[in-house]
Amino acid sequence: MTQDKAAPASQSIMVVGGGISGLTSALEAAEVGYEVFLIEKNPYLGGRVAQLNQYFPKLCPPTCGLEINFRRIKDNPKIHVLSMAEVISVKGTPGDYAARVKLMPRYVNENCTCCGACAEACEAEISDEFNFGMGTTKGAYLPFEMAFPARYVISSQIIGTEDAKRCREACKYDAVDLDMEERQITLKIGAVIWATGWEPYDASRIDNLGFGLYPNIITNMMMERMAAPNGPTRGRILRPSDDKEPASIAFVQCAGSRDENHLPYCSYICCMASLKQATYVRERYPEARIYIFYIDLRAPGYRYEKFYKKIKEDENVFFIKGKVAEVSEDVETKNITVVAENAVSGEKIHQTVDMVVLATGMQPTAAGMDLPADLKLSAEGFFINDFEKGGVFAAGCANKPADVVSCNQNATGMALKAIQTLVRA
Amino acid sequence: MDKKYGVYICTGCGIGDALDAQALCGVAEEKGLPAKTHAFLCSKDGVELLKKDIAAGTNTLVIGACSRRVNYDTFSFEGCIVDRVNLREQVVWSHPRSEFPALTDEQKDDGVHFDRLQMLAEDYLKMGLARVEKVDLPQPFKVESLSRKILVIGGGMTGMSAALDAANAGYPVTIVEKEDVLGGHARQWRAQLPLGDPYDRLAPPLVDAKIKAVMSHPNIVVKTETVVARIAGEPGEFVVTLKKPGEKIEFDVPYPLPDEMKLDEKGNELDAEAQHKKYMEYNEGKTDILTFDPNGELFGAVILAAGWRPYEPDEGEFERFGFGKLPDVVSNVQFEEIAKKGKIVRPSDGREAKSVVFVQSPGGGDDADFAYAGAVTSLVSLKQAKYVRSDFPEAKAYVFYQHMRTPGLSENFYKRIQQDPGIFLSKGEVVSVSQNGGGLVVEADNTLLGEKIRVHADMVVLATGMVPVTKDDPVINLAYRQGPGFRDNALFDDYADSNFICFPYETQRTGIYAAGGIRRAMTVEESMEDAAGAALKAIQCLESVNRGVSVHPRSGDMTFPDFFFQRCVQCKRCTEECPFGALDDDERGTPKPNPTRCRRCGTCMGACPERIIGFADYNIDSIGSMVKAVGVPSEDDYEEPPLRILGLVCENDAYPALDMVGLNRQSYSAEVRFIPVRCLGSVNVIWIKDALSQGMDGVFLLGCKHGDDYQCHFVKGSELADTRMRKIGEALSSLALEEERVAQFQVAIDDYDKLPKIINDFVEVIEGLGPNPFKGF
Repeated sequence: MTQDKAAPASQSIMVVGGGISGLTSALEAAEVGYEVFLIEKNPYLGGRVAQLNQYFPKLCPPTCGLEINFRRIKDNPKIHVLSMAEVISVKGTPGDYAARVKLMPRYVNENCTCCGACAEACEAEISDEFNFGMGTTKGAYLPFEMAFPARYVISSQIIGTEDAKRCREACKYDAVDLDMEERQITLKIGAVIWATGWEPYDASRIDNLGFGLYPNIITNMMMERMAAPNGPTRGRILRPSDDKEPASIAFVQCAGSRDENHLPYCSYICCMASLKQATYVRERYPEARIYIFYIDLRAPGYRYEKFYKKIKEDENVFFIKGKVAEVSEDVETKNITVVAENAVSGEKIHQTVDMVVLATGMQPTAAGMDLPADLKLSAEGFFINDFEKGGVFAAGCANKPADVVSCNQNATGMALKAIQTLVRA
Repeated sequence: MDKKYGVYICTGCGIGDALDAQALCGVAEEKGLPAKTHAFLCSKDGVELLKKDIAAGTNTLVIGACSRRVNYDTFSFEGCIVDRVNLREQVVWSHPRSEFPALTDEQKDDGVHFDRLQMLAEDYLKMGLARVEKVDLPQPFKVESLSRKILVIGGGMTGMSAALDAANAGYPVTIVEKEDVLGGHARQWRAQLPLGDPYDRLAPPLVDAKIKAVMSHPNIVVKTETVVARIAGEPGEFVVTLKKPGEKIEFDVPYPLPDEMKLDEKGNELDAEAQHKKYMEYNEGKTDILTFDPNGELFGAVILAAGWRPYEPDEGEFERFGFGKLPDVVSNVQFEEIAKKGKIVRPSDGREAKSVVFVQSPGGGDDADFAYAGAVTSLVSLKQAKYVRSDFPEAKAYVFYQHMRTPGLSENFYKRIQQDPGIFLSKGEVVSVSQNGGGLVVEADNTLLGEKIRVHADMVVLATGMVPVTKDDPVINLAYRQGPGFRDNALFDDYADSNFICFPYETQRTGIYAAGGIRRAMTVEESMEDAAGAALKAIQCLESVNRGVSVHPRSGDMTFPDFFFQRCVQCKRCTEECPFGALDDDERGTPKPNPTRCRRCGTCMGACPERIIGFADYNIDSIGSMVKAVGVPSEDDYEEPPLRILGLVCENDAYPALDMVGLNRQSYSAEVRFIPVRCLGSVNVIWIKDALSQGMDGVFLLGCKHGDDYQCHFVKGSELADTRMRKIGEALSSLALEEERVAQFQVAIDDYDKLPKIINDFVEVIEGLGPNPFKGF
């Protein structure tokens, strides 16, 4: 290939998004020997998987792999992590880009020892977004125990209040810096990997499924937080209306997915996620009954099929092939009745349960976003890779809905595509 | 190196409030080592203090402050040995003064009272001091002649894609393909499943373009009609012997001797040399693995992309579908070949097939798909239904499925197929297929079209699965003492898959990365992505070898196991237990290390009864000295001396979990002393014996879950430790020590809320047993 080599090509890669895909791309490229800038908008790395209680089908904690990945970062000076950072623009050509990155103030500097005195001093409670608003957290907080970077954050919501001052005064290490301001930096990079992931589809937009109207209807991601030992209920699954241990739970599959009015595609993970969550409930409540309403049970491959088979053997788990058409609440008991039509028999099914979990799907974070770089989006908001052109690539769920294994395979491959760009330039 | 020590105690984060920092300094000073305190050691000022000492010659630092999980970069100094004594998370944060009170002036030195917390901190400091004395800075291991060439096994879509990806990153690649042409199964396809947005239509096959790209690439060598006879050596310098399929040559890989042949007539195990003799007989005509082929070709890393073969049913397995009896009942692979040739015609009489039934699931009361199906066969049925419709406008296609598996964006293709009025898609169980005059009759139950229906068909297609070729053959033919293939593929239904969700390319064989249909049923799109990932891992492996560092999970680790061979007793345990097959023993049983196969878990070190294996910064002596540094008070010291219990903890999961206990300010017994280990597999029983013989009252191991869904990052470590612990129980009872004094607990990293109870319960058990009778001897 004859290309102009006059322009000083950068040998570094920018990875946008520090979830499992972005982490994987960043680490795999850095361990080949390339310099990587990992940009994450949250104050912590790990993205969606950090919010999960367990992975299917192994039922192992995501923090186990995250901790190894964090250690790989700690051991590798080639990776530069920028948290609370967002990419504003990427300009240039493959091999030679300039990225503007906005750094939001954390109000806590590198002096932070994670001692927690600021959180203790802070009186204000703010909505806990890590737990999807179930419960609150202090205005000065550590996003979760194993967060990386292990550093507190002062919420911008308390800036300018007495509380912020209390935090500053409580810190013996001069780590609270309330004058911190947003700033911008420019990174010279040769390739970009977008791993901006997904958002849980907003369940309140699904009119017929009652989310937001009835307290005992929650989403699958909320269920993950409930089941997590560091979640708002410390791992107890309780129905929101009265903190009762549920005796019956219905899972509503394809809540928004495979639906032209919402997400026209299949979100890939929700069937397996519900099967997994069924084990959370069964482990805690040996008497509980579980009803799974589905269109198709998508548990493809030897591993997932095995897992599905195991769940099917549980006589307290009932599978109903039928799409849920409506839900209603009993005003007194706050129980929910789920109405579905059995797709095979045509019979209408009314099932009353203590609690309902909506298996909501994934919407790409980029959907409806103003793209700061030269990238193409599909109608649904997924990035379309152009390998011929190169330079900028999408990995993981920014590219298509997928499970963690597939995301990691994809993200590893995209690290190589980025490297090819640098080699070629 | 000539060590110059410096001991630094941080008094921040509550350490100084709870502990007597001067007394801690005294511990170091007693050994003649300089010690300093600082109120905020990780601050600029604190680090300046350290740097000044380093500039003045200090090169071995013991830092008593927070956990090594934090401030990792702050306290990392080029060319220095640093030990982090975890006074914060493991001492003061998890042992509040409210529960573990300091002594009053009267209580001090009264022979009755003691300060549990201060003792804990002083022990940890002593342990840190003991460790740094016994460790060295690592020197990287370099192979003699690094090859950057990558071998790709299999010239199908995955293999070609991997080859192109590696070659386009500047690495030379050789593809070996057993057939006489490249392309694999893809050459038999009429059309290809959707490859990209909008994922709703079939694409022309990519295979010809791929072949062309491969053939014209200057970095790629293609060897058709070639298979791997053996891969010897190690990553960075694999010595590979290639051959024609079916040939028998002396460098065909030998197989390990089956267990039953290792015994004599009386059932006793033969000695190493007798076993070797039998092994050579068993592998007649083949040279041993330690003899390298002088004409072998050097490669740095391997990509395994040997793919899949069509499922072959057992005799009568698909009888109810008439498969094998009725010529017009075919598999999806056979159907594709027919479609590739032209318009779809019946095998029986060459008549056009205008009504075709696709069977997605074998039924029989189960809703599973055919074995080895994945989501691919659902998509293939839809694709093939489309062929029928595009060949004959009046034709009808029926797809009976239990679950239409078109996950993710492939749903778009399903939706498009649903719009075709000539394709009938229904849940249902096909119960029988029979011949009826000139056609077939398919009976299906519980369909969306009716409870029991009969469909007249010209052909029936079974959506059978894709069997990984590793089911039949190791393919990679590794000249490794542990055997020629990947281990434990049975866990993965014979796929060459990884057990790790987070790290899908990690297997038990370093430097060899599987991709495509050999590791899971995949579409071409998925296979090509997977190929890119495998190519990255292959490149990463050989660049890591070049730098002399380990690959995952101890990426960047420069240490490697060192053997003191003079004392080896040829017991072969290291060779047999290494999860990565890094060791090959010779005819006498002496292990030959292959450092670049090694992942540095230390399982060999844990296995060795002679304790001749160690790493520069982690060895029998370094941990043993830490154990011996623990103070064990006896009745000579106090009326009622406290218990001393040793906890050996996996540093990957259990140790971070312990830190979380501290972070959450949960508390547990102050009688336990923890030592982090690389993996429970590296725990040598001598440490446990040392602990007990110096009077410690109990020992427990905290490590990862084992079993089929193992969480051990080194695959076998926690399982091997468990086996060893069970054996040590027998040894203990022979010493008249209760077996309960040694235990292993499985914990996941998020079990931190359960840890205090696990620890305290064990302490309680030991309390029940009473003090170790060896105490004070």
